Amino acid sequence: MSTAEPVVETGERTRARVVGVLLSNRLLLFGALIAALIVLVAIFAPWIAPYPEDAGSATHPEILLQPPSWEHPFGTDQVGRDVFSRVLYGARVSPAIAFMVLAISILIGVPLGVAAGFFGGVGDDVIMRITDVFLALPALLLALVFAAVLPPSLWSTTLAITIAWWPWYTRLLRGQAASVTGRPFVESARALGVPNRRIVFRHVLPNSLTPLIVQASLDVGGIILTASALSFLGLGAQDPTPDWGLMVAQGQAYFQTQWWLVTFPGLAILITAVGFNLLGDGLREILDPHATSTFMGRKEAP
Amino acid sequence: MSEAAATTAVETRLALRGLQIAFGSRRVVDLDELDLGAGEIVGLAGESGSGKSMTAMAILGLATHLGATVGGSIRLEGEELVGAPDRRLREIRGRRIAAIFQSPVSAFNPVYRVGEGFIGALRLHGADAGEAKERAEVAMREVLLSPDLLRRYPHQLSGGQAQRVAIAQALALRAEVLLADEPTSALDVTVQAEILESLRRVRDEVGMSILFISHDLAVLAELSDRLAVMQHGVVVESGSTGQVLGDPRDDYTRELVAAVPKVGEGLVA
Amino acid sequence: MTRYVLRRLAQAVLVVVGVIVLTFVVARIVPGAPAGSWAGPKASQAELDAVREELGLDAPLPEQIAAYFAGVVQGDWGIAVHTRRPVLEDLMDRAPASIELVVVAMLFALTLGIPLGLLSARWNRKLPDSVVRFGSVFAVSMPSFWLALILQLLFFQKLRWFPVAGQYDPNLDYTHPLMQYTHMPIVDALITGNWWVLRSALWHIVLPAIVVAAYPFGVITRMVRASVLDTLGEDHVRMVRALGFSERSVFAKWALKPAWNPLIAVLALVFAYSLANSFLVESIFNWPGLGAYAAASVAALDTPAIVGVTLFIAIVYVIGNLVVDIAQAALDPRIDLS
Repeated sequence: MSTAEPVVETGERTRARVVGVLLSNRLLLFGALIAALIVLVAIFAPWIAPYPEDAGSATHPEILLQPPSWEHPFGTDQVGRDVFSRVLYGARVSPAIAFMVLAISILIGVPLGVAAGFFGGVGDDVIMRITDVFLALPALLLALVFAAVLPPSLWSTTLAITIAWWPWYTRLLRGQAASVTGRPFVESARALGVPNRRIVFRHVLPNSLTPLIVQASLDVGGIILTASALSFLGLGAQDPTPDWGLMVAQGQAYFQTQWWLVTFPGLAILITAVGFNLLGDGLREILDPHATSTFMGRKEAP
Repeated sequence: MSEAAATTAVETRLALRGLQIAFGSRRVVDLDELDLGAGEIVGLAGESGSGKSMTAMAILGLATHLGATVGGSIRLEGEELVGAPDRRLREIRGRRIAAIFQSPVSAFNPVYRVGEGFIGALRLHGADAGEAKERAEVAMREVLLSPDLLRRYPHQLSGGQAQRVAIAQALALRAEVLLADEPTSALDVTVQAEILESLRRVRDEVGMSILFISHDLAVLAELSDRLAVMQHGVVVESGSTGQVLGDPRDDYTRELVAAVPKVGEGLVA
Repeated sequence: MTRYVLRRLAQAVLVVVGVIVLTFVVARIVPGAPAGSWAGPKASQAELDAVREELGLDAPLPEQIAAYFAGVVQGDWGIAVHTRRPVLEDLMDRAPASIELVVVAMLFALTLGIPLGLLSARWNRKLPDSVVRFGSVFAVSMPSFWLALILQLLFFQKLRWFPVAGQYDPNLDYTHPLMQYTHMPIVDALITGNWWVLRSALWHIVLPAIVVAAYPFGVITRMVRASVLDTLGEDHVRMVRALGFSERSVFAKWALKPAWNPLIAVLALVFAYSLANSFLVESIFNWPGLGAYAAASVAALDTPAIVGVTLFIAIVYVIGNLVVDIAQAALDPRIDLS
């Protein structure tokens, strides 16, 4: 709003701004810490977990359904496995799914979206209508339908969610590509005979990087929630995989008396989602404060 | 750097002394001295980032709102504004010091009719409903606009019309000082001329003092009686317009003057 | 304006057609699924073949799609396998319950979300802002099935404050039977003056509505905050400040009105989204709505039902988007629709 520019170099200003935001934005810091924690837990699970074999096919029927105690901080489940260890191992499952889904969505979305936005024309229309159709359905429902027809497993969940997610990235990249392509300097570059490939790699892609990162970081939380919902419905990971959603589903039957079976895995989902969402929000604030990042294609909150 | 004593003694309306505006440790304005006399048009020239707009914000008492710290003195007819309680500043804002800005249409709230803020401001500063309406209409005619335009929405006005409505606001409020921050920069040259004309009329007819902030030396040359040049938050030169532009003493001023294309010059063989 | 509406409508129809094709294809991927479910697990090959023919499953895919499409337009959405009733009828039966739930949930979300969003904007960068922002992220990150179970545990198991199954106490069907007009117990009870059912229904809707309200609450809070802050930074707010209006007036009068626009726009979308995502909540609370129906259809691999539900929700979504576009255009005097 004020037109007073600082009397300081731009680079310095950006650095100062980032540090300032990082420090003053306790939410971002908090989110980053949680996300880092989850990743660390995922990596070091075999060393941290007191009963690593419980995350696999071990069962201990003699100590089933024990309430939380010193030996078993989260209690034991319906076949005697240590819930704490399983929850720790579960940290490997969810972020892995999220990563895979995002990787594939980006791999599909970027070329498709850039092609649509850059070249425009009929191809653009066709691609956009197709994404429209996919986006006309809520992600969970779409993923649900796909997951239902595939044999239940982690892979089918990943595939199903990817099918629901790729249109977002296609749309995003298409928008970025179209906006950059529309700028006068691209027109002149084309007029000068600069090859398309160069324009795309030199200008379109770098400009699209920031919104892409912001969107991806924001999506992690959403994917984790969707994946756990699918697992809860039995469409995802199967026993003995220590998937949090699955654990909640399995614990549901015993829930009224053995509350720990459902509470801790669910808490894990919640905390992970909160962490990544805070991280994504914070990244958006720093990298792209005026981002029109979207709630179903509309302006969402920064 | 000091004032040229060429003009006859004019009652000083607005006096800035030792004005320092900073964002944290970064100082953006360090202004020794600037005066605005009654009925004077003083130009404040400089490029973007020179601190001109922040100076205007500080005069309005809105600089702290943007997160800046303000030190020094700004006196409106002897009354100190720096550090004054917000309630007092609000009485002064609009009523005694008015402002117009760069993007005329966006200066009005898009979901309200243009007259609502206008008349609202009049009533805020003490007029009753009938009086407010009347004063608004009179002011509109003063700037050669039909009062019917008050019933329009901002997007239904042209840039020039919107800016004149803003000037009418200042007129109707009977402000003594008008801060004009790049009011013509977003307008066509012909429309620009109309605005400058309105400003001149306003000064001539009610003696409003105008601080005209611009990066456009040509416009400043045409309108201002006196001129001050700012660079990096500091006034590097000031004096009568003719003297500053015709015989600049500071290097920066010289550069600025040299950079202005002179229409018609050098075209005749 | 009409031209704009018509254009958007045409686009919407196109999208819906696409959705039909998509779900149809997907639902047919599993070999033998529709016929198998219909005929039952012990059917012989001959019986399966007969069922196949009867259901028209041996025709080529495009033909099936065309036939289905023709049916849809006339109101024939097929017969659901797991209920043996016309799909459309099933949907119409179940929809009111879901709508009731989502409407109440939206009321909760709005009543809490708008004031908190405003608070957050007013005290931007101070403690209340951080707290509210954390709260909204928390709400948005909530796994609904888990929240549902936890609330059940807390408020039903331990505290016995709220009931957890169904829309109202089934015993009331005998003692104070409800006249059904809208098939929404709360509404029907209100208009027929059946206070016993009303009380029971309200009590029953609280917990599921809270769960469904979580996500919208988070979104609404953030949107309000963002919208107000955006508006506060605009030129026209600078002008009214310069005119001497107090900060309170600036906030309450000048910044608020333009800020509503994006919010209202988003509401229709949030509504549609919540409607579609009520599956898990409905199953856990035994709420007889669309979500439960969808979950059951998926479990039974009931193709006509799955396609029907998906189509229905797609239509709701598309309408939601349409409403949003039109509302935005209508509310903002700046948007010129010619």
